[in-house]
Amino acid sequence: MKVKEIIESNPVECEAPNMRKDQESGWKLLKYLIVGILFGIVFVKAEVISWFRIQEMFRLQSFFMYGVIGSAILVGVLSIQVIKRLGIKTLAGEPIKIANKEFRKGQVIGGFIFGLGWALTGACPGPLFAQIGFGYSVIVVTLLSAIAGTWVYGKFADKLPN
Amino acid sequence: MEQMIEWIKQPWPWYVAGPLIGLTVPVLLIIGNKSFGISSSLRHACAACIPAKIPFFQYDWKKENWNLVFVLGVFLGGGIASLFLSNPEAIVVAESTQQDLAQLGITDFRSLLPADIFSWSNLFTLKGLFFFVIGGFLVGFGTRYAGGCTSGHAIMGISNLQWPSMVATMFFMLGGFAMTHLILPYIMQWVGL
Repeated sequence: MKVKEIIESNPVECEAPNMRKDQESGWKLLKYLIVGILFGIVFVKAEVISWFRIQEMFRLQSFFMYGVIGSAILVGVLSIQVIKRLGIKTLAGEPIKIANKEFRKGQVIGGFIFGLGWALTGACPGPLFAQIGFGYSVIVVTLLSAIAGTWVYGKFADKLPN
Repeated sequence: MEQMIEWIKQPWPWYVAGPLIGLTVPVLLIIGNKSFGISSSLRHACAACIPAKIPFFQYDWKKENWNLVFVLGVFLGGGIASLFLSNPEAIVVAESTQQDLAQLGITDFRSLLPADIFSWSNLFTLKGLFFFVIGGFLVGFGTRYAGGCTSGHAIMGISNLQWPSMVATMFFMLGGFAMTHLILPYIMQWVGL
């Protein structure tokens, strides 16, 4: 099968789907860089990139991470409700679309596996990038390993229960 | 102004950081119809660099390059915060956590990551094997298998009231509790701190 056929017969169930019609490139991508930078600064300033914060969370010895994640979700829920009810459009004038998540066994098995790794590395994928930027250059190894893990999942995706 | 800078240099409380992280959801939707999710960047990296004819990596990753630009931003943001806004004081770790970790042999609480573990000199040791190689692998494998990480499921998915994301988040937490309480003590014995 040619690559194009594979793509067509196998539409990507992308987990962070891109609903924008046209493809952005060059300077149009700058806005995502800026949001990413601000996001990285918040990660560092709230110390959520700290291995110790994650340990506190899993030992139920600090409210901090629960407060961060809980208030982030609260703001997320409220803003999506506002967007949906007011029919807010994107800057380019498109209607905002959010794909639904379908339940799969992977959310249970894969979720548990990610949790194991989260407690070991003290980081989910986002903080990995911020840790490297902060100066913990050895985390590059963790990131490469995470990419390897993603690749191995992709390789065996059709053989795993899902 | 100076007071402002001083305030910024302090660690930010959860009720400042959490809402700012949550705001990423509407901001990405409004600026480009993008759903928040970070672990996808790892998949795009595979699709771009080592697709190896695997169907899972045969898609138009270039259309998703915003995601790679976003994580580049997170990296740069980490650097900017470290260079210009970093807190000169040591991180404050809960007393009880310090005691628990000390029992496991982790005693250096001066920086964001324990220097006992996260240094280049540990790379080719058992510590490196567990905390960098195996840990990273589990994060990459698990997030993709689950179809998202803390950002895509716990924040974006639950914000959009998706129950599968709630399930995924519960299992993220269960995995973390299991590692912390059941497995980590054995690993720490084995790697010998």
